[in-house]
Amino acid sequence: MSEYKTLTAADVSVGDKLQSTDIDISTGLVVCGALATRDFEPVHHSKAEAQAVGLPDVFMNILTSQGLMTRFATDWSGPEATVNSIDLKLGAPNIPGMVMAMTGEVTAVNGDTVDINILGENNIWGMHMQGTVQLTLPKEL
Amino acid sequence: MNEQEQKAFEDEIYAFVGKVVYPTTPAPDDINETMIRQWSEILGETNPAYLDADWAANSSRGHTISPPAMMYVWGQEGFQVTKGRAPNAMSTLVETFNRHGFTGVLGTNVKQDYMKESCIGDNISVHMVIDNISERKTTARGTGYFFETLSTFTDQHDDVVGTQRFKVLKFIPQEQPAAASDTDALAVPTRIPSPRGHDNKWWWDACDEGKVLIQRCKSCHTLRHPPRPMCGECQSMEWDSIESTLDGEVMSYTCLRHPVIPGYPKDPICAVIKLAEGTHFVANLVGCEYEDLRIGMKVKGKVEQVDEKTMLPQFYPV
Ligand SMILES: [Zn+2]
Repeated sequence: MSEYKTLTAADVSVGDKLQSTDIDISTGLVVCGALATRDFEPVHHSKAEAQAVGLPDVFMNILTSQGLMTRFATDWSGPEATVNSIDLKLGAPNIPGMVMAMTGEVTAVNGDTVDINILGENNIWGMHMQGTVQLTLPKEL
Repeated sequence: MNEQEQKAFEDEIYAFVGKVVYPTTPAPDDINETMIRQWSEILGETNPAYLDADWAANSSRGHTISPPAMMYVWGQEGFQVTKGRAPNAMSTLVETFNRHGFTGVLGTNVKQDYMKESCIGDNISVHMVIDNISERKTTARGTGYFFETLSTFTDQHDDVVGTQRFKVLKFIPQEQPAAASDTDALAVPTRIPSPRGHDNKWWWDACDEGKVLIQRCKSCHTLRHPPRPMCGECQSMEWDSIESTLDGEVMSYTCLRHPVIPGYPKDPICAVIKLAEGTHFVANLVGCEYEDLRIGMKVKGKVEQVDEKTMLPQFYPV
């Protein structure tokens, strides 16, 4: 049908690791991510406002983190997967200049439904987000 | 806060449970291609289920969908929030906390459940309530309460497309956060500096120059490592050193998976290596997978700069 492959449950086992990826946290990603998610809280686009609350620079908003986490899951599964839920624990802020390493592992497979534990960890303060994305994979054809 | 005051305060905050923060409010924009494409572009999202109408027409869905993670985006208040938000139950709750010293704020968890995929042209309404407030908790950040909002998202058919639970800790900060400045540069953590004392500084200094030395007794020529003042064989305190070729073999190894230590690579392999000269040496094994290691494997060391401040011998499989 297309060049995009989607995994089925038969392709997946508990313990499977997702291809890790590093995300450069640039000012552009933080500010434009806030804009794309219509989060106009000043701490996400104004350095002065971020510094007033004790951080050295603007920091990534939650909606951008959620977007990056689901992207990481569906980049692995392929586009025919359905995202059922994203459950995430928030950690240290992502600030421009950091690099966030994303890693993931399949923790459960129940029928066509898979749970993936995903960790986004930045190189300076550690865990930025950790949580579970649940996907339903397409039935085998 | 004495017991009575605490009771009065808790009565005040628990009265917020069930209060509506946003009554059902339709999004200002219907779900549209432009906002999806912009969101995708910025987040590096390339999923054709969101972006490629031709692909999607032939997919099992038959059409593109809105990225689930955009569910909350559609109903966001606009740029006017930079000038402040209209008061609502949540801001009043937050002010109540602040007034009693619970000025710290920390979003701790956010969970979105998706019940129905949305597509272009749909309009998402959001309805938010304060769902629950915890009992008083002692946390690493300070004493406080968790409150959780529950947002329910519906489309124009009144179908629930998803929910969001957002948990926030309001706490009494142990110290007031100081304002930061440009000079608070983000320092990339480096490895713990080697402790350099009277008996081992010479060894690390040589390492900085790219050499691994092995201490040798001047009297009986027995080699020893790690560096120490006296020969274990003849008790002589006279010594010199030879340079190792860094040929070796693995005697034992392990992988340090937890905790992750800032400044160190993830899952480092630590090995005891028997050097060709005969002494044993603890170092990291790199350039190989843990699963591929075995005892007796031949390795070759190289002194390398492993971070901005640190020179360290590391071993590679031969
Ligand atoms: Zn000796």
